[in-house]
Amino acid sequence: MSCLVIAEHDNTSLKSSTLNAVTAAAKIGGELHLLVAGCACTSVADSAARIVGVTKVLLADAPHYADQSPENIAALVLAQATGFSHVLAPATTAGKNLMPRVAARLDVAQISEIVAIESADTFVRPIYAGNVLATVQSSDAVKVITVRTTAFEAAGEGGSAAIEKVTAQADRGQSRLVSRELTQSARPELAAAKIVVSGGRGLGSGESYHRVLEPLADKLGAAMGASRAAVDAGYVQNDYQVGQTGKIVAPQLYIAVGISGAIQHLAGMKESRVIVAINKDADAPIFQVADYGLVGDLFELVPELTAAL
Amino acid sequence: MKILVSVKRVVDYNVKVRVKADGTGVDVANAKMSMNPFDEIAVEEAVRLKEAGIATEVVAVSAGIANCQETLRTALAIGADRGILIETDVELQPLAVAKLLKAVCEKEQPQIIICGKQAIDDDANQTGQMLAALMDWPQAAFASKVIVANGKATVTREIDGGLETIEIALPAVITTDLRLNEPRYATLPNIMKAKKKPLETLTPEALGIDVSPRLKTLKVAEPAKRAAGIKVADVAELVAKLKNEGVIA
Repeated sequence: MSCLVIAEHDNTSLKSSTLNAVTAAAKIGGELHLLVAGCACTSVADSAARIVGVTKVLLADAPHYADQSPENIAALVLAQATGFSHVLAPATTAGKNLMPRVAARLDVAQISEIVAIESADTFVRPIYAGNVLATVQSSDAVKVITVRTTAFEAAGEGGSAAIEKVTAQADRGQSRLVSRELTQSARPELAAAKIVVSGGRGLGSGESYHRVLEPLADKLGAAMGASRAAVDAGYVQNDYQVGQTGKIVAPQLYIAVGISGAIQHLAGMKESRVIVAINKDADAPIFQVADYGLVGDLFELVPELTAAL
Repeated sequence: MKILVSVKRVVDYNVKVRVKADGTGVDVANAKMSMNPFDEIAVEEAVRLKEAGIATEVVAVSAGIANCQETLRTALAIGADRGILIETDVELQPLAVAKLLKAVCEKEQPQIIICGKQAIDDDANQTGQMLAALMDWPQAAFASKVIVANGKATVTREIDGGLETIEIALPAVITTDLRLNEPRYATLPNIMKAKKKPLETLTPEALGIDVSPRLKTLKVAEPAKRAAGIKVADVAELVAKLKNEGVIA
C-alpha cells in the first residue's frame, strides 16, 4: 500500500481540506506522499512536511502551476503516480475538477467523495444527495479517490517529512486564468468552521440576512452560510450555500435560521454535532433533524439569542 | 459550430428514493424518471448559443436503456436538433460514458461539449472531466457563465470561496453548475415537433467500447437517522442547553 495525496493550497498556505485527505490516506496505510504543485510555494511544502502521517513531500515548483489548472496538474500527477496504489485529493471544487482527469488517463474508475474506508479496495460513499450510502469495491490497479472532508478528522502537526523536489512537466497551455473573485471575509472558512450560522428565505431579504445574522455570527466567531433558496433569491453569493450542491459542513454547532429544511439542504449539514433551528413554522422539516428547536419570530429571537451569549 | 450535449435519465429529483429490502440497490422500478437537472441546464445553454447565432447545430447524446429515448426527446423539445442514443442494458459508470462520448466526439467533431456537472443519482461528478482528459481537451467545470467568441470560451466557474474566470481554447468540455441559466419549459408545439426530429441509435459494441463496470456495489443502506430533538421554550433554555453541550462558552 502507498498513497499519493494531492495538496490543496494557494501558493502561500495549505488548505485545511488537505489535512482531512491525509487522515483518509493514513487509514489505508503504507507510505504517504503529499504532492505540492504550485509556484513559489516553499512555505506550503514546509507546512506539508509537518503533517503527522506524511512520509515524504513532493514539491513541483513552476510558474504554470500557480493557477492549479487541471490540465497541467493532472499531467504532473500522472508523471508522479507510478508505483502508488492510491491517489487521493479532498472532494473540494479543486479536487473534483482535477481527479477525474487523472483517473481517465490511468483508465481507472474514480471513487468520489468517500465517507468511510472499509479496506484498501472497499469504500463507502453517499449517493442520491446523501439519502443512500453505497459500499463500493474497486478492482482497478490504482484507486483514484476524492475524500469528503467532513467525514475525516484533520491530521495533526508534529511530523518532519523530507521534501523532495520533482521535475515539472511542460506547460500544456490549454487554459488561462483571467480573474479570481474570492469573497473577502474575516470569518472562518465555511467548510472548516466550528460554528456555522445559516440563513434561509425566512429572513426575507439580503439586508435583513446581514442585519439579523451578522451580530450573532460575530459573537460566536462563526462562519455564515445560507440555504439554496436564500442564494437563489439573491440574499448572498453562491459560495455561502450549504447543501448537496453547495458546501458540505459538519461543525460542532449549526444554527439554521429561517430555513425550512429541504432535503438538499439537510444533505449538506446533517452531520453537524449539534443542530439548532429557529423557525416560525413548527412543522418545518428542519425540526426533524434539529437537536434544539425554537419556534417563533426569528427577527425577535435571534437578537435575543445574540444578547444572551 | 456544432455543440454536443450529454443527457442522463435519472430518478426525478422530487422522488424520495428507497433502498431495496435486501440492500442490493435502490428501488427505482416505478419511480418517475426525468432528465438530470444539470443536463437540462446544459441543453438550455447549448440552445441559447444556437439562438445567439454562435452554434449551428445542437446534438443531444444519451447512453443507457431504450427508455433514454424519452430523455433525448425532452432535449429535442427544449431545442436540440437531433439525438443520438447509445443503447445498452449494462450499468454504465462515468469512465464508460466518457469513452462512449469520446467515440461520438470523434465521429461528430463538435467544438464544444456541454455536460451536467454531476448526475443526481450517483453524484459522481466525473464524466465531463474524464471526457476532456480522454480527448486531451481543456475543461471548464462548474460553469456559471459562458461566453464563446473567436475560437475561445471564456467561462466563469464556481469554486470554493468565490468565482474564477478562465479562457480556454476550443474544442473543449464545459460542465454546468446551477446558476448558469434557468432552463425553459418545453412547449406543446415544440414537444410535437421534437417527435419528428432525427434520433439515431448506436451501441457500445458498434463503437468498439468496453463498458464493463469497474466498481462493484457491495451493498446500499440508508444513513443512520438523527435522533429526534426537542423544542425549547425560549432563548434562555436554548442557551442553557448549548452550554450543557459544551458548544458555546
